[in-house]
Amino acid sequence: MSADLGTAALRLLDVHRVHGEGEAQVHALRGVTFAAHPGELVAVMGPSGSGKSTLLTIAGGLDEPSSGVVEVEGVDLTALDRSERARMRRTSVGYVFQGFNLIPALTAVENVALPRELDGVRASRARREAMQALEEVGIAALADRFPDDMSGGQQQRVAIARAVVGERRLVLADEPTGALDSETGEEILRLLRARCDAGAAGVLVTHEARHAAWADRVVFLRDGVVVDESGSAPVEDLLGAGRLG
Amino acid sequence: MGAVLPAPREEPTVSVKHALLSLLEQEPMYGYQLRQEFESRTGGTWPLNVGQVYTTLTRLERDGLVEAAGEDEDGHERWRLTESGHEEVATWFTTPVARTQPPRDELAIKLALAVTVPGVDVGTLIQRQRSASMTALQDYTRLKRQAGAETSPARADLAWGLVLDSLVFAAEAEIRWLDHCETRLRRAAVQDAGTTTAARSAPTSEMAPASASVDRRKGARR
Ligand SMILES: Nc1ncnc2c1ncn2[C@@H]1O[C@H](COP(=O)(O)OP(=O)(O)OP(=O)(O)O)[C@@H](O)[C@H]1O
Ligand SMILES: [Mg+2]
Repeated sequence: MSADLGTAALRLLDVHRVHGEGEAQVHALRGVTFAAHPGELVAVMGPSGSGKSTLLTIAGGLDEPSSGVVEVEGVDLTALDRSERARMRRTSVGYVFQGFNLIPALTAVENVALPRELDGVRASRARREAMQALEEVGIAALADRFPDDMSGGQQQRVAIARAVVGERRLVLADEPTGALDSETGEEILRLLRARCDAGAAGVLVTHEARHAAWADRVVFLRDGVVVDESGSAPVEDLLGAGRLG
Repeated sequence: MGAVLPAPREEPTVSVKHALLSLLEQEPMYGYQLRQEFESRTGGTWPLNVGQVYTTLTRLERDGLVEAAGEDEDGHERWRLTESGHEEVATWFTTPVARTQPPRDELAIKLALAVTVPGVDVGTLIQRQRSASMTALQDYTRLKRQAGAETSPARADLAWGLVLDSLVFAAEAEIRWLDHCETRLRRAAVQDAGTTTAARSAPTSEMAPASASVDRRKGARR
């Protein structure tokens, strides 16, 4: 694992997650240790069923580990009660779900403002922040549209705006480029990358190597275990070896 | 052993020849200039040494494709295309690059041997390779981000961007292929285990050499 775990925005320590009981038991995570630091984008790759979404929901406080420690900005999530956890989730953590997850009855800007309002921010301020976030992802013009009247790529931008609104310091994204064409997918990654360059910590789950390559580190999951990790080597080492002559 | 076999028909230098010819299609240039122009378009991905440029020019002159075009004001000996040189360039740009003979791919060969030679830990081999290919892909992507940031409209930058994209897509294809190999090997391992014992799980590090189930013909990536 990399660097100083003390400064991590997210830290998982020997996390296990077992779904179900007895015969039907599924060991979705088996001792995962993982960290994401401010300014860092970490990609998680692995085949279907390897535990990527489980890892992310646990990191976001949407699910609890069967054993192990989960810390967000140094706070142990397992030590919090339900409402404290929910508060932490809304204020520190932004979550982009696998597949679209917007509320169809709300406009784009209302969808983005919702988590802030739930957190007790005044409606006018929540709206202002939401507009700012929509601007950041380049679709402020569609603020008053309903999700059904937007393309998949536009909806996904709204979902990203919702995950970053109000300066969330940890952004978790589960296949945010799922159904998008490669150009639009790359735009989404540029947005996530910019967020992390501005100081947030990001965790990106993806099947696409080309998208994972935007991350500073790539973690490979197999059957609930981290099997490998790739960092980065100096570019010169790669480009030196000529093949043409 | 000792003796090095000559490469068949000097295959790699063919590209250098055509690269230089097509640069001269733009305007007459001198040797060092040709090298610089080539590298600015390909971002130094395939470094070309000046000696190589001069040997190639000599050969091109011998074959009647280029001729001396006099010196420029600084005394550099310049070259230009002959009539057949122009024709050669036109033919190059209108002929597809031959794909009938797959380029020798060390990784594909290594895997083909790894799954058949007993005692090789293929799972670990694949994991290590994927990690290395991923690191390369991350580095190309970082170069792409840097290139994208300097939004200069120059043609040479566009050319370099396309070369980078080619490296990105090739690395991505390699990783996808490795994922695919891993999935197939695990399936084969599970099948093997199913026929002998009733064991269910097949940890990646214990992938059985699946000699019988590797379909040799369909592995080509292009
Ligand atoms: N609520 C649940 N109850 C029972 N089993 C579950 C539950 N959620 C997940 N699982 C199981 O845990 C394992 C890991 O699932 P997870 O959703 O984390 O996979 P994933 O890596 O995100 O896959 P995909 O790429 O398909 O999204 C799977 O075997 C899955 O069936
Ligand atoms: Mg998932």
